[in-house]
Amino acid sequence: MKWFGLIATVFTGILLLSAVPDFAAFGDPDSPANGGLGDHPSVSQYYITDTYTDTKVPNIVTAVLADYRGYDTMFETVVIFAAGIAIFAILRSFSGPVAPSHPTAIDTSVEGDHQRIIIGTTCRVIIPVIQLFALYVVAHGHHSPGGGFQGGVILGASFILVALAKDLSAALGRFSEKRYLALGSVGILIYAGFGLLCVALERNFLDYEILHRIMPATDPIMARSHSMLGVEVGVAFTVTAIMFAIYANLSSKGRLEQGF
Amino acid sequence: MEFLNASVIPYFNYWIYVVLMMIGLHAMITKNNLIKKLIGMSIFQTAIILFYVSIGVKTGSTIPILEHHHDEGHAETAHAVAESGDHHAEETDHEKSDHGNNEHAIEADHGIDPDHFANPLPHVLMLTAIVVGVSTLGVALAISQSIYKDFGSLEENEILAKIKQGGPGVDV
Repeated sequence: MKWFGLIATVFTGILLLSAVPDFAAFGDPDSPANGGLGDHPSVSQYYITDTYTDTKVPNIVTAVLADYRGYDTMFETVVIFAAGIAIFAILRSFSGPVAPSHPTAIDTSVEGDHQRIIIGTTCRVIIPVIQLFALYVVAHGHHSPGGGFQGGVILGASFILVALAKDLSAALGRFSEKRYLALGSVGILIYAGFGLLCVALERNFLDYEILHRIMPATDPIMARSHSMLGVEVGVAFTVTAIMFAIYANLSSKGRLEQGF
Repeated sequence: MEFLNASVIPYFNYWIYVVLMMIGLHAMITKNNLIKKLIGMSIFQTAIILFYVSIGVKTGSTIPILEHHHDEGHAETAHAVAESGDHHAEETDHEKSDHGNNEHAIEADHGIDPDHFANPLPHVLMLTAIVVGVSTLGVALAISQSIYKDFGSLEENEILAKIKQGGPGVDV
């Protein structure tokens, strides 16, 4: 089996390497992916040249993510939500409190006390900063690197840090199971809601331009920019909730209790 | 040496991605432990992310975020930008004709030259792929945990032996 695996790997590697000279060289601006083929420009060139006039969003990545490829991003978010639900279905157990097999060893010595003070104080100082930075990354995703996915992961990580530094019940006290499941669903609903709002105004799903009719003080172009912020917030909700849900379930074997 | 200069150095990103991908594939095929297989899967995934992102690189380009100024109004200038965008389009066509030397300086007030910005599309695709990869890895770890609960082992051969003895219901 070992030898068969090695032979299969080497064979696949040689096959892939034999195709390497057909690729464009590293950093070639005229490669088909970057410069298009012949007279046909590639779609990424359109994104670079026209995003700002279309949407007034200077961060092209965010504009492509939330507007031009809005469907893709919506269903990526659904995939993340489905992963959270799958972990819930696989691991979550409601069998009630069982005596922990490895009771949490609480270090009552003086050194342990010092450690708890150092960790607790550090976390108390840095967690608000992390969360503020996460909100900045979400809200400023149009103008600087960032967006819903990145900000959501940072926000979820701040709750994981609470669980690591204190214990899981402290983190669940701030972000309970009911809340994270609700927040995950609300994120998808916000995203899909923006799409359905466009349908209600007799345009295509996720065609944000028409939303200027109901958004105050906007024109069709700024409506796209504002709607992108809206769907990014939805993505951030779902990602935050599911990142923490994954950690909480995996670290406690689905019991959501400390000490297993 | 000639081979190295002609086929390896201009394509080094593809060589790295193939090597990383084969490390991951080998781990997924031959490792006995399910967690090690998952580590292999993550390496495989990283190789694909590297492949996509390295496709989008353009020599002499910057990140795909346009320079802009906050002081210009919002709704008022939108139309002005739309107008100037039209005559930008002509200029970028003109610039594309002398594509050969892409090292020319950034002309600040003339249109947006695609050669000055990295390809945004691979970034978008990989941005979502990374987060989806984390969540699917979470599902995989959850499945491994419940396998461990049922079989008391994460070694593939031990699990298979226990399945032969009488299925996953066997109490361990």
